[in-house]
Amino acid sequence: MTTLAGTGRLIRLILRRERLRLAIWVAVLVVVPVFTATAFIDLYPDPSSREALAATVASSPALTALLGPLYDPSIGGLTAWRAGTLGAFFVALMAILTMIRHTREEEETGRRELLGATVVGRHAPMVAALTVTIGTGVLVAGLLIAGLAGVGLPLAGSCAFGLGYAGVAAVFAGVGAVAAQLTEASSTARGIGVGIAGVTFLLRMAGDSGGEATEWLAWLSPIGWFSRLRPFAGEQWWVLLLWLGLSAVLITTAALVASRRDVGAGAFPPRPGPAGAAPGLSSPLGLAWRLHRGSVLGWTIGLAVLGAVYGAAGDSIQGMLEGNPQLQEIFEQMGGAQGLTDTFFSAVVGIIALITAAYAIRAVLRLNVEEEAMRAEWVLATATPRSRFAWSHLIFGLAIPVLILAVAGLVAGATYGAIVGDVADQAVRVLGAAMLQLPAVWILTGTAMALYGLAPERVSLSWGVLVACLILGQLGQILRFPQWSLNLSPFTHIPVFGDDIDVMPLAVLLVVAGFLIAAGLVGFRRRDMT
Amino acid sequence: MSAISISGLVKNFGHVRALDELDLEVAPGEVHGFLGPNGAGKTTTIRVLLGLIRHDAGTASLLGGDPWTEATELHRRLAYVPGDVTLWPKLTGGEVIDLLGRLRGGLDETKKARLLERFDLDPTKKGRTYSKGNRQKVALVAALSSDVELLILDEPTAGLDPLMEAEFRKCIEEDRATGRTVLLASHILAEVEALCDRVSIVRKGKIVESGTLSELRHLTRTTIRAELSYDPSPVAALSGVHDLRLHDHKVEFEVDSDRLDEVVRTLAPLGVRSLVSHPPTLEELFLRHYEDGEVRA
Repeated sequence: MTTLAGTGRLIRLILRRERLRLAIWVAVLVVVPVFTATAFIDLYPDPSSREALAATVASSPALTALLGPLYDPSIGGLTAWRAGTLGAFFVALMAILTMIRHTREEEETGRRELLGATVVGRHAPMVAALTVTIGTGVLVAGLLIAGLAGVGLPLAGSCAFGLGYAGVAAVFAGVGAVAAQLTEASSTARGIGVGIAGVTFLLRMAGDSGGEATEWLAWLSPIGWFSRLRPFAGEQWWVLLLWLGLSAVLITTAALVASRRDVGAGAFPPRPGPAGAAPGLSSPLGLAWRLHRGSVLGWTIGLAVLGAVYGAAGDSIQGMLEGNPQLQEIFEQMGGAQGLTDTFFSAVVGIIALITAAYAIRAVLRLNVEEEAMRAEWVLATATPRSRFAWSHLIFGLAIPVLILAVAGLVAGATYGAIVGDVADQAVRVLGAAMLQLPAVWILTGTAMALYGLAPERVSLSWGVLVACLILGQLGQILRFPQWSLNLSPFTHIPVFGDDIDVMPLAVLLVVAGFLIAAGLVGFRRRDMT
Repeated sequence: MSAISISGLVKNFGHVRALDELDLEVAPGEVHGFLGPNGAGKTTTIRVLLGLIRHDAGTASLLGGDPWTEATELHRRLAYVPGDVTLWPKLTGGEVIDLLGRLRGGLDETKKARLLERFDLDPTKKGRTYSKGNRQKVALVAALSSDVELLILDEPTAGLDPLMEAEFRKCIEEDRATGRTVLLASHILAEVEALCDRVSIVRKGKIVESGTLSELRHLTRTTIRAELSYDPSPVAALSGVHDLRLHDHKVEFEVDSDRLDEVVRTLAPLGVRSLVSHPPTLEELFLRHYEDGEVRA
């Protein structure tokens, strides 16, 4: 087993480098389901209230598409439905990102070569990364079983829930391992991996939205398998074998490719490029466009697809009302059928806006990537003022969210409009709702810029702020957080799209965003480059 | 007016004093060697000169301007090769060379083509596929193909093979002929010895020696090996003689250069059968400063 020499030491190295990041992943992946379970225990203590909720969900293809099918109106069943599938997607992301960071990225930066010269076997880095990634999945599983059973849910279901996450982690660790073999650039490998996770999730959405007719699509998705494992709803334990089998196939494939290629090379050899720069590549902005254009395209298309899925689901809101007079009454109090559609699309664009904010943070933090790679100083040693360099990336964090929200909003509205036979009106309504989210997204752009300019060693806090917004926005209501804490999230202040929009909160958000950006720019102009 | 003029420069990083009242003068048209081991303060000095970091005390002027407040204008007149060259993974070498040239305000196309050929660099490869040496070549071609007054080079030959190193030296010789000023930070003594008009040796953030090579040698010791007919012990009594080693009638020692005359007069009556004398190599100069420093420290 000389190809595995040094695996133990590599595992310790990865754990040392990842301890904080993995701790955060584990905490979020465990805490959210457990909190969700306690929230359901508090909010739906009697079976009849849960039955009513289940009836609502069953009549809504939109909710089913978003969160997966609800098989059992027990506390456990509701928890698995509300937190399970969405969480499984994040487990997949965790697995892919961790794998690529410790395989392809290590090769690309040359650190792998440094290790390769010591007593480290050919397969040791991949096996070490797999061990840590799958181990994290198993740890999440163990803590979830303890946590869910701990708050009083049935043990069998808790085990299924936890092991389901471990299964997803194992499969997507395999996906990450294969993706890492394909290309020389870790960014491309990451794109492939995250793309596969996205497609897998969309397959599940498509499969779950159409009832039995489309369910076979969900069976094609390793994330869809989570619902099929049926935690707390008559567990189908054999589904675990699907994850196990697929994960084994993927890992074997990755190992075979790895043993046939050189260190540093990808399965797809790189093609030569132009010998000189095109006319457009002659300014900091031209350079930034080259660095951002791939991700601009990817995020825009990805969110347009998501918009289409939500748009198609929007119609079922109307259908849901027709069969349920009680609900109709409730929603009429909330502003009638039209009000309901607005509420639904406000929630939808809220989710799209959070994802857009993730793009915005990434775009701004590209500044930090360039600085840490020492490329920023190379550019700044030319006749490029600091402010111009900062704006060349910052502009992507400001302008591209406009594009993404516009495209996703238009597609969502037009898809919904096409179904209800009113394309123009609905496209404008949802586009409007999407645009209203911009000030909140820009707050996160500004947060990232302020941190970069004033405290560059703390830039990753931007992600913490985004996660806080996600938790406050998506779980705050269910978990009955106090209003003051919900108010901390800029997204809380975005008004519902309608006839009388309160512009005051929007103006305040814009001013705050402007202030954050200005502070970041001033700080960056004054500070030392690292 | 000096191309670079630094006096009393201080830079602290937290509790670490990276530059400790450093002085540096580089005259226009001069190739100036900036010598010191890793961590001595070479790169920090360069980063102050490029306006990438602010200094805490002292003064620094670059091409007659303030490196912090006038950075953008000054940078049109200089080209920089970083010590650690990282390329954009998806840009080709050729694109990087053009881009940096344009960001600086233009580059000389014929010069670029000639340099690509001389350094045997394929400009169509993507950044991530270049080896360390080839990344260095991209940075060198980008800097050398510009028409600027000043080149700031931080360990420019790291990773280059000996052939390319020779090519680099030729390029700098040619640039010297055109009157370009070069600040060459290096720890490769042979390179500095071959190229530089003047040398400054930096140690722990301070310049410990500065001048032309011959001036530096004058201040230091000459190594003498002699075979004598008579007992060489009178040499031991001389002041200015160091590291004396005696083997019967053979003697080897170092002597302070200003005492050389006295030593030769003492040796002459002792029946010199053979005599070898050589001035200190830069390496010896360098090691002396560092070894002395270590002993004192």
